[in-house]
Amino acid sequence: MSVHTSARSQSGTARLRIGRRHNPVTWVQRGGLTTLVFLLPLLIIFGVFSWTPIVEAVVMSFQKTNLVTAPVFVGWDNFVAVFRDPVFWIAVRNTGYFAGLALLFGYPIPLVAAVLMSEVKRMKGFFSVLAYLPVVIPPVVSVLLWKIFYDASPRGVFNTILGWVGIPPQPWIQDAATAMPSLVLEATWAGAGGTIIIYLAALTSVSPDLYDAAEVDGASLWGKIWHVTLPQLRGILFITLILQIIATAQVFLQPFLFTGGGPVDSTTTILLLIYQYAFTQSLGGAYGEATALSLMLAAFLAVLSIAYFRLTARWSDN
Amino acid sequence: MTARSGPTPTPVLADAAGEPLGQTTRITNRTITLRKDRTMKSPGKIAMLTAAALVGVGILSGCSSSSGGGDDGKVNLVVAPVLPGATADALKSLHDRVAQFEKKYPDIKVKAIEYQWTGTTFAAELAGGTLPDVFNVPFTDSKTLANNGQLADITKYFKQTPTADKWNKNVLDVATGNDGKIYGIPWGPYAMALSYNRDIFTKAGLDPDKPPTTLDEIQQDAKTIAAKVPGVAGYMQMTEDNTGGWELATLTQSMGGKLEKVASDGKVTVTADNPQTKQALAWLKKLRWGDNSMGSNFLFDWSGINQAFASGQIAMYMSGSDVIGSLMQANGFDQKKYGVTTFPLASSASAGILSGGNVDVVNVKDSPEQVAAAVKWINFYRTEPTVDKTAAINNAKTLAKGDQAVNAPTLPVFDKATWEQNQEWIKPYDNIPVENLKPFNDNIFNQKISPEPPSHTQDLYGALDSVVQAVLTDQNADVDTLLKGVDTKVQALVDADGK
Repeated sequence: MSVHTSARSQSGTARLRIGRRHNPVTWVQRGGLTTLVFLLPLLIIFGVFSWTPIVEAVVMSFQKTNLVTAPVFVGWDNFVAVFRDPVFWIAVRNTGYFAGLALLFGYPIPLVAAVLMSEVKRMKGFFSVLAYLPVVIPPVVSVLLWKIFYDASPRGVFNTILGWVGIPPQPWIQDAATAMPSLVLEATWAGAGGTIIIYLAALTSVSPDLYDAAEVDGASLWGKIWHVTLPQLRGILFITLILQIIATAQVFLQPFLFTGGGPVDSTTTILLLIYQYAFTQSLGGAYGEATALSLMLAAFLAVLSIAYFRLTARWSDN
Repeated sequence: MTARSGPTPTPVLADAAGEPLGQTTRITNRTITLRKDRTMKSPGKIAMLTAAALVGVGILSGCSSSSGGGDDGKVNLVVAPVLPGATADALKSLHDRVAQFEKKYPDIKVKAIEYQWTGTTFAAELAGGTLPDVFNVPFTDSKTLANNGQLADITKYFKQTPTADKWNKNVLDVATGNDGKIYGIPWGPYAMALSYNRDIFTKAGLDPDKPPTTLDEIQQDAKTIAAKVPGVAGYMQMTEDNTGGWELATLTQSMGGKLEKVASDGKVTVTADNPQTKQALAWLKKLRWGDNSMGSNFLFDWSGINQAFASGQIAMYMSGSDVIGSLMQANGFDQKKYGVTTFPLASSASAGILSGGNVDVVNVKDSPEQVAAAVKWINFYRTEPTVDKTAAINNAKTLAKGDQAVNAPTLPVFDKATWEQNQEWIKPYDNIPVENLKPFNDNIFNQKISPEPPSHTQDLYGALDSVVQAVLTDQNADVDTLLKGVDTKVQALVDADGK
């Protein structure tokens, strides 16, 4: 009996405790309402503009719909259709090619530029402005400007410049072989400024003592960069690398505006293919395929990011 | 803001902030609202600001007048008859026509916007509610959209128009769904043609009154132009956004080939891999790689090639016969330089010229009142000027006043007699030199009209874009393999419809 009473009183206390915790008055007194009010805009904005579309996209990837008539569930058909589309594999290859080229040129150039700029004693501000200027120009405007520069006739801006040094006119975006490198060139020019600013900021946090110590040890300029600058920037380098991979895997603007995916699909990237599925094929009849491919890309990038961070975390520990 | 008042308030063009624009002002804003003139009073400032804000919100929230019913009991209608970037003159003409319409139908309030229908934005705009109430789509797409349930059924109101029974059945068919209902009103049918720049012809020592009449002559003239006028492409075709396939289809059909064959049971077979298409591509290859007479840029969509032609970079190109209307409206092209002739047909009995045109359609989300008003507008704006003498003359006067094409070459929507009668009415207002159009007008009625491939037309055109691009950018392009690839790809889409 006593045991029973004790148990009952214990559960009663527990209930009381729970009750107190969930008492709306106490919750308000403890600032719960204020928290909620502050959180509300965030929840609403994320809910409406991020999470709802994401959930709808997942649902749509299993449907056939033209957004007007009632959607029909088609199971995995959209995913199968994407895998069976020969252009999908071309787009994967093109996106990989773009990412690879961008990594080859676009990744080291800002780093080199930032290191050089940090070594410059005078007119540092001028160089920073010069490097950042392309970022300020609206991306569409810069692509359209470069489209004029890339004019393949001998009178084109770049071809005229090449002509001065005796190089024959290049086809630039008018040829399947040179189109993608031309796109990467513009993308690197347009994107480098932002990364340079990040590196410049990171470089200021490197302690001058380390350079002094290296100098005492007789390190050359290259030695200082290799043994001090790069290891000190390692964290930031890892972040910019993964950000660049994610950004290049989602390249859309350049192929869309420069070439529309041509010549002969040589610049059709995954994102452009998603766009083509959704908007140019069968008058919006392939939203399912578009969302299916979007989800596949998102899943791939998520897995890549997780793997990357696991890997680099280990390197960072070491 | 200038205060104006008068016994009969005239609508004025106003920009997004509600400021009236002088008639000579270049209108850069894309939205034109029609607003009754009123005397501004100082306490009205707040109201004005609110109105300006509302106009702004209106622009952000889209074009369609979703409710359709105005506060004053009027039916609101957003119409989209001019291309973005239309010249101030074009907007002036449009404004005058809107004013005439509102006078005739005082219970309808029309807001005209600049708009270009594209397949890429259509479905999203429809779903998002930002589509205008009346817009025009090409013949290529009207049937597909109607069968997709993406257009309003206008049968009831169409039947009330005075010309409902007069229509050429073949023309009206493009606006008729598989259910037999009417989903739009066709206008301005055209045949594919060869547009050329008369000034460049003269510069190259060619006679602009004697344009080429065979493919060989086009090739020869292009070669001459490329050699004598540096930096100008002798001949060019479109290659991007499905237009590459569209123009290759024209070439193929002009040689007597077909990209799709329809069996008696309705089954469609995609036949892109046919001798005429190969012949067409070989012809392009000869111009590009043999003569180097196609310039250096090979990625052109419709508006891109119009721009290149208008700026004198291209001497001849394949276009719709009515393209001078757009060249004047959007590119400010001087019509005196313009020449047009029929595109050459092979002697084969199956050879025909690909035709096209526009269909004015109505937003499927519109209320019945709006659909009724929309049909009245289309009838007023598009159909009446072709059958009614007064309307034709009024329209021609307005267009001429705004320096817009009055006599752009088109094909009959009803019958040849009505078309000829119409040409007589508007003759005094013609503003494109008639002799420049003579090579086309003299020959077009000798050409057999050939309709577009019927099934998955845009998909087929899109797939063929790559083939045309390959031929123009890769000397060793394997045409056979590429065309077989197109057959496989588009046939799969056609077959999927039957499942």
